[in-house]
Amino acid sequence: MTQALRDLGGHIEMKRPDCVLGWDVTLGELTIDVALANIAGFVEFLKSDPSCRFSSLVDITAVDYPERAKRFDVVYHFLSMYQNHRVRLRVPVREDDAVPSITGLHRSADWFEREVFDMFGLIFSGHPDLRRILTDYGFRGHPLRKDFPTTGYVEVRYDEELKRVVYEPVKLVQEYRQFDFMSPWEGATYILPGDEKAEAK
Amino acid sequence: MGVMTGANTAGGDREVATQALNRELSDKGFLLTSVDDVINWARTGSLHWMTFGLACCAIEMMHSSMPRYDLERFGTAPRATPRQSDLMIVAGTLTNKMAPALRKVYDQMPEPRYVISMGSCANGGGYYHYSYSVVRGCDRIVPVDIYVPGCPPTAEALMYGLMALQKKIRRTGTIVR
Repeated sequence: MTQALRDLGGHIEMKRPDCVLGWDVTLGELTIDVALANIAGFVEFLKSDPSCRFSSLVDITAVDYPERAKRFDVVYHFLSMYQNHRVRLRVPVREDDAVPSITGLHRSADWFEREVFDMFGLIFSGHPDLRRILTDYGFRGHPLRKDFPTTGYVEVRYDEELKRVVYEPVKLVQEYRQFDFMSPWEGATYILPGDEKAEAK
Repeated sequence: MGVMTGANTAGGDREVATQALNRELSDKGFLLTSVDDVINWARTGSLHWMTFGLACCAIEMMHSSMPRYDLERFGTAPRATPRQSDLMIVAGTLTNKMAPALRKVYDQMPEPRYVISMGSCANGGGYYHYSYSVVRGCDRIVPVDIYVPGCPPTAEALMYGLMALQKKIRRTGTIVR
């Protein structure tokens, strides 16, 4: 299986050297790094090439790396029903870049791209209807960005006087707690509670 | 069937008691009770619930009306419309986006109406308490009568919650004077 994926990776790189920045097979899965400008053409190639025929778009998602200049990785997963192959495309994207939409090639990309737009705030150029899909109407921010606070900005409650559900700035009765799940047997780098008594003797 | 040799343990003949009651009824033609009791009896015995299944708790809610616990023994029935229901079981995670819809459904229910909050998420946000998209307890949106804890509560627990609600209806006055 791994050898077949290596052959496939080599084949794709040979056919489209301008698109492929690099590829590797990790844990039995083929990942190809693709330049942003070429993504639409490359997806079309994957769909039409007789030894690829990646006709099914499985998923589009993204990953946020706040420390990088090209902050996001847009990740595409494809499945070839004909060749029984799967491939993953990774496209590094800046925060203000517009990603070419692939809805013209895969109809299923519509809602996936809306989801990535909703969760990460990436703009897809050429998308027919780029709206939020999961979060509330009038939601502020993009939840899966690393700089988004877990608790968000607003909370809801029913107002007896206004007779409707109102939005208010979030007020937590108890602060969000960070639990320490590290086992003390694995070598804590700090003094464990109670250990300071042993030092005193 | 063996022959019983010990003391008689069969108890009273229920048939006789029923027939005596029947005779008395057919003689007089009425039973004496108070209006409050009758209304209470009617209310507790026909808690048609609005199925507000939002997440995994809804599966447990379905279980409670399946043959093992068979909630319909209590005269309940799942209704698809709020206009025919007396009770809303909020089963699952209530999100911010769903909250106005939940309130709208509640407002459509006729009085008297009751709410059972089922599961940790509906009770107080539960696992999603610190989330950006979840209401921290459905009592922020609608007044709740009974809270059923659990994640998700078993069908048995929901049934106990329903019985607790019946008890509450019986104990609180029925008609506002």
